[in-house]
Amino acid sequence: MKRTGAQIFIEALLREGVKYIFGYPGGAVLPIYNELFDAPINHILVRHEQAAVHAADGYARASGKPGVVLVTSGPGATNTVTGIATAYMDSIPVVVFTGQVPTPLIGNDAFQEADIVGITRPCTKHNYLVKDVKDLARIIKEAFYIATSGRPGPVLVDLPKDVLTNSTEPRYPSEVKLRGYNPTYKGHPKQIEKALNLILRSRRPLIYAGGGVVLSGGSEELRAFAEKLNIPVTMTLMGLGGFPGTHPLSLGMLGMHGTYRANMAVTHCDCLIAIGSRFDDRVTGKIEEFAPHAKIVHVDIDPTSISKNVQVDIPIVGDVKLVLRDFLRLMEGRDLSHYHKELEEWHQQIEEWKRAHRMAYQQKMRGKIKPQYVVEKIYELTRGDAIITTEVGQNQMWAAQYYLFDKPRRFLTSGGLGTMGYGFPAAIGAQFAHPEMTVIDIAGDGSIQMNIQELATAVQYRLPVKVAILNNGFLGMVRQWQELFYDKRYSASCIQVAPDFVKLAQAYGAVGLRAMKPREVVPVIEKALSIKDRPVIMDFHVDREESVYPMVPAGAPLSKMLLV
Amino acid sequence: MRHTISVLVDNEFGVLSRVAGLFSGRGFNIESLCVAETQDPTVSRMTIVTSGDDQIIEQITKQLNKLINVIKVIDLTETEHIEREMVLLKVGTTSETRAEVLRIADIFRGRIVDVSPTSYTIEVTGDEEKIEAIMTLLKPFGIKELVRTGKVAIARSPKK
Ligand SMILES: Cc1ncc(C[n+]2csc(CCOP(=O)(O)OP(=O)(O)O)c2C)c(N)n1
Repeated sequence: MKRTGAQIFIEALLREGVKYIFGYPGGAVLPIYNELFDAPINHILVRHEQAAVHAADGYARASGKPGVVLVTSGPGATNTVTGIATAYMDSIPVVVFTGQVPTPLIGNDAFQEADIVGITRPCTKHNYLVKDVKDLARIIKEAFYIATSGRPGPVLVDLPKDVLTNSTEPRYPSEVKLRGYNPTYKGHPKQIEKALNLILRSRRPLIYAGGGVVLSGGSEELRAFAEKLNIPVTMTLMGLGGFPGTHPLSLGMLGMHGTYRANMAVTHCDCLIAIGSRFDDRVTGKIEEFAPHAKIVHVDIDPTSISKNVQVDIPIVGDVKLVLRDFLRLMEGRDLSHYHKELEEWHQQIEEWKRAHRMAYQQKMRGKIKPQYVVEKIYELTRGDAIITTEVGQNQMWAAQYYLFDKPRRFLTSGGLGTMGYGFPAAIGAQFAHPEMTVIDIAGDGSIQMNIQELATAVQYRLPVKVAILNNGFLGMVRQWQELFYDKRYSASCIQVAPDFVKLAQAYGAVGLRAMKPREVVPVIEKALSIKDRPVIMDFHVDREESVYPMVPAGAPLSKMLLV
Repeated sequence: MRHTISVLVDNEFGVLSRVAGLFSGRGFNIESLCVAETQDPTVSRMTIVTSGDDQIIEQITKQLNKLINVIKVIDLTETEHIEREMVLLKVGTTSETRAEVLRIADIFRGRIVDVSPTSYTIEVTGDEEKIEAIMTLLKPFGIKELVRTGKVAIARSPKK
């Protein structure tokens, strides 16, 4: 039977198992919205298209399934760009469908026309303009396959209106064949063997785990690998939760705001095992002095990540989970107690670094609220078992430092692009993925205003998402840089006018709570956690000029940390 | 160092801009780029001449491979290959210089493809050295206009 493009679209999404579409309607996609009216897919109406992509991204990070977005042409499409770039930098599987003007009008500067395929070429894993309804089912299949396989990433599909209204006899392919795309999953056995030999000859080994561990679902394998060899593990921002933060082998995060012990360990290790990480500049600091004494093993599914910033000694292209399994198989039944002995000195050294400098702050009960204290209390009161999203800035770093993640897919943050406004819509997406879980966006008073309109979405769908604003009246991280590197000239970083967040929450039909004093912090969090039928904003007025430490100034070596 | 990279791609609209965008977005340089359909109409071949140290060239080939529409990437610099480029030169001539220009064209097996009272247009094909050589020799006569195709290249077949 012949079906219209819009009907094929719905059927193709159902075949992909799509439950939620985050979207916003408009002229070019009305044929789809007409079908969605009684289709068995939930459409979530956001209040801004950027938030639709962040929500789909949050859904994907929390669930491991691809997130789906539907928006109209022109401004609807261009509004998605920041969301797409955010997902691209963090390798998140999102499929974005944009409306487009009818094919005969393309290129004519038609009403609400934008060359979104051209605009998003550099920030999608791949994108398509569907020119013929006959290609639609195949392209949707390919889009989901590309988004979710290999190194995941966003894929955009541009749908001209006439493609949605034209009809054809649909053929839904059962598999995808792309001659130019064939990700390598299995690591080369020779390389794995060589790497193991190198590791077993090392005396100061260190695992540096990134977001690839989470994306591949390889956390269990990483844990087994680290425990078997008894090698300490440091994680990137994206890797948090990929290895248990409370594990005795965990050194916490490395890099610009990493722990003292992690950064010292990288600087002194003789063998660095990079797993699903990409040597980002916020991690390495001055690249020439990054892990200067180490032989480097690098496991990554994306060959372009290998030897891009740092020359590695043993590259292993493959899926983290599968490669780690191969390592484990290779070590099966081997007695490594001799090796463990050799590492004792190294562990002692790390213990000394740990004692020499701990992550710390002082909360005086009569003083101002310390932002770190808020995060620590959220950690305690949720028993470390919440999904935490963040905005960008100090709030993000304190969340990373003071909330210990024992499980993957619990910490959702814009690592690569650093997008303010990410956390709140991402929390909405995560709440859809896990309706029973506590989801909290740790926010700054600047960032939260970038997608505050999503309060309406959260109220409409009765989502008990929580926002904890660490309200310092500043664009805090900007202020911190100005304090340290620009003689405290606080140019444009003081937020002179801000809304009353409690009243704002109430205006949307959400709950607003405020804490001005340290002693009010716990009751506010407890109250927020007890609310299950609507969003809650917690407005914590924190010490205005608190800074994030340790800090490695941009471009300095990791060993040159500012400690306070 | 200079590298000649041969890239097989899907013969689809937009693929050229993906490749060009990759080079500009990542700051790789392109000295020349030639693209046309192959014997298989669904496949095009691009010949890209680029330069960079080993690490950059490695990134270029990896990044090209990462594009979904790229089927195969061959760095011809590492193998025996043949390179050719065609150039059309419009050289100013007078009654005194015409014979000399013709002789030079002949030596390089160039052909005169257009004649006017004040110029010859010469077509020459060859490797880079040959093209450079004829350009040097014709320069004194006044090269009025010049167009080069950019390099195309193909690997040599094994001799046994
Ligand atoms: C969209 C966007 N614009 C600008 C920036 C630059 N930036 C990084 S951190 C920051 C300050 C964030 O302030 P706030 O949200 O109040 O968080 P705080 O640092 O105070 O916790 C800014 C402006 C950014 N990361 N994203």
